Amino acid sequence: MASEFTMRVWRGDISGGEFKDYRVEAQEGMVVLDVIHTIQATQAPDLAVRWNCKAGKCGSCSAEINGKPRLMCMTRMNLFESGDTITISPIKTFPLLRDLVTDVSFNYEKAKKIPALKLKAKEADGTRRMYQDDVDRVQEFHKCIECFLCQDVCHVIRDHEDNKPDFAGPRSFVRMASLEMHPLDEEDRRELLKVDAGLGYCNITKCCTEVCPEGIHITDNAIIPLKERVVDAYYDPVVWLMNKLTGK
Amino acid sequence: MANDKYETHEYDVIVIGAGGAGLRAAIEASAAGVKTALICKSLLGKAHTVMAEGGIAAALRNVYQEDNWKVHFRDTMRGGKMLNNWRMAQLHAQEAPDRVLELEEWGALFDRTPDGRILQRDFGGHRYARLAHVGDRTGLEMIRTLQQHAVHKGIDVYMECNIQRLLKDGDRVCGAFGYWRESGKFVTFKSKATVMATGGVGKAWKFTSNSWEYTGDGTTLAANVGADLIDMEMIQFHPTGMVWPNSVRGILVTEGVRGDGGTLRNSEGKRFMFNYITDYFRAETAETEEEADAWYEDKTNNRRTPDLLPRDEVARAINAEVKAGRGSPHGGVFLDIASRRSAEYIARRLPSMHHQFKELADVDITKEPMEVGPTCHYIMGGVRVEADTAATTVPGLYAAGEVAAGLHGANRLGGNSLSDLLVFGRRAGQYAAQYAQNLEGHPSPDDDQIEQYAQELLAPFNNDGGENPYSVHMALQDCMQNLVGIIRTESELKKAQTEIASLKERLAKVTVEGHRQYNPGWNLALDLESLLTTAEATTMGALERKESRGGHTREDHPGPDPDKYGKINLVLRRTDGEFSLSEEPLPEMPEDLKELFEESK
Ligand SMILES: Cc1cc2nc3c(=O)[nH]c(=O)nc-3n(C[C@H](O)[C@H](O)[C@H](O)COP(=O)(O)OP(=O)(O)OC[C@H]3O[C@@H](n4cnc5c(N)ncnc54)[C@H](O)[C@@H]3O)c2cc1C
Ligand code: SF4
Ligand code: SF4
Ligand code: FES
Repeated sequence: MASEFTMRVWRGDISGGEFKDYRVEAQEGMVVLDVIHTIQATQAPDLAVRWNCKAGKCGSCSAEINGKPRLMCMTRMNLFESGDTITISPIKTFPLLRDLVTDVSFNYEKAKKIPALKLKAKEADGTRRMYQDDVDRVQEFHKCIECFLCQDVCHVIRDHEDNKPDFAGPRSFVRMASLEMHPLDEEDRRELLKVDAGLGYCNITKCCTEVCPEGIHITDNAIIPLKERVVDAYYDPVVWLMNKLTGK
Repeated sequence: MANDKYETHEYDVIVIGAGGAGLRAAIEASAAGVKTALICKSLLGKAHTVMAEGGIAAALRNVYQEDNWKVHFRDTMRGGKMLNNWRMAQLHAQEAPDRVLELEEWGALFDRTPDGRILQRDFGGHRYARLAHVGDRTGLEMIRTLQQHAVHKGIDVYMECNIQRLLKDGDRVCGAFGYWRESGKFVTFKSKATVMATGGVGKAWKFTSNSWEYTGDGTTLAANVGADLIDMEMIQFHPTGMVWPNSVRGILVTEGVRGDGGTLRNSEGKRFMFNYITDYFRAETAETEEEADAWYEDKTNNRRTPDLLPRDEVARAINAEVKAGRGSPHGGVFLDIASRRSAEYIARRLPSMHHQFKELADVDITKEPMEVGPTCHYIMGGVRVEADTAATTVPGLYAAGEVAAGLHGANRLGGNSLSDLLVFGRRAGQYAAQYAQNLEGHPSPDDDQIEQYAQELLAPFNNDGGENPYSVHMALQDCMQNLVGIIRTESELKKAQTEIASLKERLAKVTVEGHRQYNPGWNLALDLESLLTTAEATTMGALERKESRGGHTREDHPGPDPDKYGKINLVLRRTDGEFSLSEEPLPEMPEDLKELFEESK
């Protein structure tokens, strides 16, 4: 059961470019990335696209499909009607390199600024004990595949380029939350969160949560608890400490 | 002085590849105090290791006190059909637990036992529940932990930088040459020691669980500077890949499904694995469904389910069922966990499988069986290394991870790769740093050589042969899939050799369009060279090994040949682009270790 589509794909680099139309057939079960590969193999061998796993596990193939930030390898063609025109553009928030590939180094630079975990001493018997109930919610954050779709969609940097130096973005908040809530962590990141990472810029629109392919509750489970910690800390260091000790 | 036409960096140690092995090597080298760089052809954190699902094998003894390194060692050797390098298997089993605990120190959060320690799960060929895991996304946990640790240590990372040649100074490797994907510009790395950690070769096959990166670069680069390759015929076909829809065929379905209670059935609903228990594993395998099912709860009084025989056995069995007409509608068999475990359990233990089937195949694995079949997954063969130091046969060059050979012999057990990366990645980093510290003077590659390489890499732009790189790649995948697959035979292997030779001619005529910046057509044209080289090596080894063992099954030589091929590695050496093959005896296991195998005879 093949169906026909027009793929309107952005071609170009920082010096300029345009959308080009490619007519393609999609076989049953195909995803957008398959169709892009078909275009590469038959019509545009130099079409630049980033991908690795084609299984939704590596977070490389982020793009905007009909304007929505998504993974190309997890977007089935049967979402669309045969005959449709589908627009594929590179993610907007990061500088374009070529075609569908952008420069995502912003995210790696932000990651460098997050201090490592500081674990408390081991148990008397030399082991580390942590219980499933305590690690569950941190494991949610560890599901992040670094697709940066949340960073792409966040208006703080999507619409305001000049905020970039002061705002680490939802992906970084997820990571900071995972460190903060690690059952054995002792590091104090309050200053970092409030000042360097710009947590205050976030006005909880939840757009990041909506696009996360891993279904991480970025706002409810990471950002809001972090905001509470920062507020508590500034008004009441004792409350902060209690939260930290009880793992809240 | 290196050619100053090109961007040049100088390091004590460069590590090529940023999967588990490369990251672990770089962390160790850097900790030894030498200037270290990490180079990878994708973004950091996207290497193949991120895809690993089921877990890391290590005899932590958190679930079964009876486990210890000797049992793990024995399982690994038997799973590898005794072709393994015994010393590597010993070091691996002894050191894996410490390496896993170290990950926990660096922030990894594994699933927990009720008493708060690392939980371990069952996997094929492992006597006890041994795999530390995080649901079915263990590789993600591992790579992220190592990645963040490396970043905190301030290691220089060169991402989307594709290495195409190793540089030599006399008989030593003294650096590497490649290009930036972003700009297409060339870059030279000068180094005292180089660690190869580039992973595998699976993209030479059509149905594979492997990503685009698996083009055999490291194997080829090493062979080109004179390093020995061994066991190249040993390719693992994982028994359970997706088979439908066609576009996702090959994507992995973790062995964890069977580890957590899933079972294989044919079109008649029969659990056919009971019909495929070979003598080799009979004593340790359950004979009835009752015993198999009871084993999940009580391993002391029951034997392991045949669903969890080593991968080579299961893959051949599925192949045979399909051939006999008892397959599923799309040419696989059924993998059923829905009727055996609760929906809640499945969603908790196997979240990404649940997600993957729902999104890609409209199948709800908590309600219906999956359709699965063999997919090209892993290469046991590769660059020959010294067990303790991970040194290759070329001075200054080390190798670890999937690109290296020896540990897994003829067949790798699930979970033994992630532990391999940690154990031997660390050792490679340690010994490469030591080598660099002891080396006097600066690495000095040959300028003219570099210039020649640059010209070679640009050739596809200047070529007017008109051949399309994508077509050559697809032709190679068809060839390897059809002629050098799970079941092999002399006439087909010879045919494959002829086809590979003609594909090499077509490669010489490949023309690429456009410019050098982020041009996948050009990138593929260059990768084809290593794809064809490794395909050639695999085919050569497969033709020579006239027996069936592990990942190598010959229809025309169906049994193992313990007196001849059971005692040798096939060694490949490349000079002036031509491989030559020789047979070399396996390293001899010491008596005290041999005793571990007596009871099972
Ligand atoms: C789907 C799947 C699931 C798996 N599950 C498990 C499991 O549960 N347990 C287990 O033990 N094993 C598992 N494996 C196997 C295991 O994941 C791999 O064997 C292992 O991750 C390989 O690690 P590596 O460090 O050797 O290489 P990789 O992680 O593949 O890294 C290779 C690196 O080399 C770089 N590279 C390659 N060529 C070049 C070049 N020319 N220039 C520069 N850089 C280059 C790449 O960019 C990459 O950074 C699984 C494999 C797959 C495919
Ligand atoms: S919730 Fe905050 S971080 Fe997320 S998109 Fe909105 S502003 Fe950005
Ligand atoms: S939090 Fe979700 S959307 Fe953001 S980078 Fe991670 S996986 Fe992607
Ligand atoms: S290619 Fe890995 S997530 Fe899409």
